Amino acid sequence: MRNKDGFQEELIKIKIYNANKVFIAKKDPDADPDIHSVSIFFHTRCLSAEINQGGNRYGNDDDAKNTVLGNDITTPVAVKEFRKIGVNRVFDVNKIAIVPDHFTPNKDIKSAEQVKFIKEFAREMGIVNYFEVGQMGVEHALLPEKGLVTAGDVVIGADSHTCTYGALGAFSTGVGSTDMAAGMATGEAWFKVPEAMKFVLKGKPSKWVTGKDVILHIIGMIGVDGALYKSMEFTGEGVHHLSMDDRFSIANMAIEAGAKNGIFEVDDRTIEYIREHSTKPYKIYKADEDAEYTEVYEIDLSAIKLTVAFPHLPENTRTIDEVGYVKIDQIVIGSCTNGRIEDMRMAAEVLKGRKVHPDVRCIIIPATQKVWKQAMKEGLFDIFIDAGAAVSTPTCGPCLGGHMGILAKGERAVATTNRNFVGRMGHPESEVYLASPAVAAASAVAGRIASPEEL
Amino acid sequence: MKVQGKVIKYGDNVDTDVIIPARYLNTSDPQELAKHCMEDLDKDFARKVGDGAIIVAGKNFGCGSSREHAPIAIKASGVLCVIAETFARIFYRNAVNIGLPIIECPEASGDIMDGDTIEIDFEKGSIVNVTRNKEYKAEPFPAFMQEIMASDGLIGYIRKELGTEKI
Repeated sequence: MRNKDGFQEELIKIKIYNANKVFIAKKDPDADPDIHSVSIFFHTRCLSAEINQGGNRYGNDDDAKNTVLGNDITTPVAVKEFRKIGVNRVFDVNKIAIVPDHFTPNKDIKSAEQVKFIKEFAREMGIVNYFEVGQMGVEHALLPEKGLVTAGDVVIGADSHTCTYGALGAFSTGVGSTDMAAGMATGEAWFKVPEAMKFVLKGKPSKWVTGKDVILHIIGMIGVDGALYKSMEFTGEGVHHLSMDDRFSIANMAIEAGAKNGIFEVDDRTIEYIREHSTKPYKIYKADEDAEYTEVYEIDLSAIKLTVAFPHLPENTRTIDEVGYVKIDQIVIGSCTNGRIEDMRMAAEVLKGRKVHPDVRCIIIPATQKVWKQAMKEGLFDIFIDAGAAVSTPTCGPCLGGHMGILAKGERAVATTNRNFVGRMGHPESEVYLASPAVAAASAVAGRIASPEEL
Repeated sequence: MKVQGKVIKYGDNVDTDVIIPARYLNTSDPQELAKHCMEDLDKDFARKVGDGAIIVAGKNFGCGSSREHAPIAIKASGVLCVIAETFARIFYRNAVNIGLPIIECPEASGDIMDGDTIEIDFEKGSIVNVTRNKEYKAEPFPAFMQEIMASDGLIGYIRKELGTEKI
């Protein structure tokens, strides 16, 4: 029930599978009035399709390979809802990904039952992309790495951090279990066309400053509802100075500003990443020059400092020089925000030749098996273990207070994760401080929130 | 449809981790979830809901995770409707999809106090504060969403669309 000024009360359905009507670049009166496409987001609000040249409808949608995603928390509810629909198969066995990553390896009997339930469903339906422990990774690190998402895709995921794939120039957004159920059955989802905000990035970040600092800075600036219902679009020459891992971190936390999605302009680095990881065709969308934005922010990356979000909201940010003395009990380096190889390398760079403070537990969780193996090959685990850190198999685990690092009453953690709500990592009276891997690793050594420059 | 109930009032940014903490997400049973609804924010929540209450909150209600367990827990605990200044978008669509009544109304959100008795008329989009003798107007849902809600949520709607409602 909202009808704010400028808010387009328009509902669309998006086909999340190949169909003739997928890429309608403009709303076409001849087209099915109920089915508009992702390109409407892109064209009217943020990114327009190159296909728009010389006509105003239908791109080459043969290439569209889009995905419905769920995890071990959200899929059980989705399966129960799916059973009520009255269909006996999913819309496409290749376009659903189920990643049991939250409470896995199963933390207790109830979690084991949930995973068993969804595994049986996946097998019954013949869902190809079901990832068992051993192949499993934190879903939003796993899907791009497996090449399941490329530029121009549409992804709905029953996980709020599904917005991560915007780093690849995909439209991806978090939904609930019922949406996942409907998506699995029909290949469709309903959406309101969002307004868009533009973030023009300039300059080059200084040493130690990462995508995590950039997105924390932005959330601190606009607030946890600063992008509510909107699309956050990241563009500008500064984007070229951000690695793909930086961009994944930024897009990942768009939801922490309330956004529907966060999307990056595709450049050479994006293409290089996609070619390295995927054989799928991709499609590049660019913003129209006359695209409308509700807000345009210019952000000078060279001026961004290491940033920490204090409890209990990601918007409670302070730069590292403002944090004061905050004693720490636990460090978590991992998650869909910061569990990728560059995060591991950065943590290792800080921890090399140093020791974790004797009062601190330092838990490092590479997000996928591939990251794990790479980190091992590069000798990073030697550095971590020599420093006194523990290395875990991939899991979301502690990020949401599941397992593998729960906080006691009154304890404080610095985590490279994405939320610091009340009770997020354990006891309702514990505290989570969000930061980059560099700050987390430095804090592990210092026993208090610290910058790597101080060590 | 009309509902009447006592108001339980909360502030801004009530997140899904306090609505239903992740430590209880190893089940999806609505009654189990309801037992722990809001417990990290308000230990008296279940007692306050009693036989039916209305939550009134500030900005960005339901921010955070996509867990549908959050609106499921609220619905199963006996809450009749949630009124907020704004809702986080995933919570918003989840509530619509599962048939938990929600209303976005900044005026009502700001004016209604904890413990007030209010009556909501969903067809008219009106909220009457019985305690303070005041009325607030909310915009009706767009037609497409009304259809979903009239179908008792998205699954009912899809069943109609696919023609499987009689199966």
